[in-house]
Amino acid sequence: MSRAWLAVYLREMLILRRRFFRQLFSWSVAPLLYLVAFGYGMGRHVTVQGVDYLDFLIPGLAAMTSMTQAFAIGSEINIARFYWHIFEEFQAAPMSHVEYVLGEVLAGVSRAVLAGLVIIGLGASFGVVLSYNAYFWGAFVLNSLVFSGLAVALAMLVKSHADQAFMNNFIITPMAFLGGTFFPLSHLPPWAQEMLRFLPITHAASAMREAALGRTPDLFAYILLAVLGAAAFAGAVFTVDRARD
Amino acid sequence: MIDLVELRKHYKTVEALKGVSLRVASGELFAYLGPNGAGKTTTIRILTGLTRPSGGRAMVGGHDVEREPLKAKRHQGLVPQHINLDAELTVEENLVIHGRLHGMAASDIRGRIDELLEYVGLEEKRASLVKRLSGGMKRRLMIARALLHRPGVLFLDEPTVGLDPAIRRRIWSLIKKIQQDGVTVFLTTHYIEEAEFLADRVAFIDEGKIVALDTPRRLMDNLGQWAIDVYRENDMVTRYFPDRESARRFAEEHRNGYTLRRVNLEDVFLTYTGKKVA
Repeated sequence: MSRAWLAVYLREMLILRRRFFRQLFSWSVAPLLYLVAFGYGMGRHVTVQGVDYLDFLIPGLAAMTSMTQAFAIGSEINIARFYWHIFEEFQAAPMSHVEYVLGEVLAGVSRAVLAGLVIIGLGASFGVVLSYNAYFWGAFVLNSLVFSGLAVALAMLVKSHADQAFMNNFIITPMAFLGGTFFPLSHLPPWAQEMLRFLPITHAASAMREAALGRTPDLFAYILLAVLGAAAFAGAVFTVDRARD
Repeated sequence: MIDLVELRKHYKTVEALKGVSLRVASGELFAYLGPNGAGKTTTIRILTGLTRPSGGRAMVGGHDVEREPLKAKRHQGLVPQHINLDAELTVEENLVIHGRLHGMAASDIRGRIDELLEYVGLEEKRASLVKRLSGGMKRRLMIARALLHRPGVLFLDEPTVGLDPAIRRRIWSLIKKIQQDGVTVFLTTHYIEEAEFLADRVAFIDEGKIVALDTPRRLMDNLGQWAIDVYRENDMVTRYFPDRESARRFAEEHRNGYTLRRVNLEDVFLTYTGKKVA
């Protein structure tokens, strides 16, 4: 394998650097609103599963961010493909599909990690300091890998900017709210709990919350996320090949 | 350097290429001429690996573009029809990314950027954001980018489309210079004068088929040296003559509206297809 994937990654990072302050602002706004609304709004007196709601919320927000920001690489690819036509520069380069996907997936993960650090920083400013250990970051990165790979795969299948927005609205937004990010799944009816167990975000949020609260997460979540991440990566490689006319 | 054998491409309902065969020699400047939708861009997209052929073979630098795509791509540079630069990045950053995509070492990329920005007259713009460049500058930057990794073949897909005549001439000089430096150039255009000025050989493509292929001089000489356009009520008929004297004699018989002029490549295309290129 050549090191062309580094060029794909470098391009995404250079663009991110150029937009850094705008991006930082955008990463901060939604979590800040959630923290104000659910933290101050609902008050410090609310507890969920025996912990302060803010302590419950921050790992959920981090899980949601690892998904949304990794998936956002799909929008970047979409713009590069349909608006700037940059994708053709990659297609014409002596680079395998695996290398292209690797560069884009790592860029998605990097974006997610940076946005995750923003959440943790915001949480700390609200007085919430949890245990951000290797279990926490392991689940964070694996969840980012799943959604970054999925984003690359779908970005190759869509035919327009509108299709991309459709993906965000119908895949990511429901998962963001229903995957155990804002409330425990045990509050839902059993049939809904069973359905939501099929979502990767459910397992990621649970593992990250357990880790952040100082408990040992279920290793099944890590295995599942790793398998789904590998499947999404393979799917992305397949769809990149299909993206040729 | 470039070999096409019975190359075919069909989309759902359209047959874009119907068995195109041609060979371009090393160091040649080859123009591929035809109206919009004739199959020019499809041919270039297949040669550069952007589009999958439906049949036949395409080779660049001795490598089949489907069987050995990475080897074929190392031999070629592409300047596509539309601007495909990263507008949010600087001129230098765009070039660095291209160099890395082609596996160049960082020190080699730096040296080559100095060389090429001077070559295309953009040395002052190195740190400028691409979105601040004019259309002509962006075209020159795309040419510099395509040459960065020292390709043996340069594909130029309508490199001067949408540019004003002065900038177009500047791009032509640049293309000539690239050929003189030993690069094989495969150029698509629908500007007749561009092909006439630049090309060693020209292929006319129409509706997915090559209808004529030779040097511009020989293609024109086959028709004659001089042409007369005779205007009728709702029509214009063109006649070709081997010399000016015979053309003038014919013209005297048609005193009511005619134009005497040199034969050009548009006449060749019109003769073969019955339609105009642009």
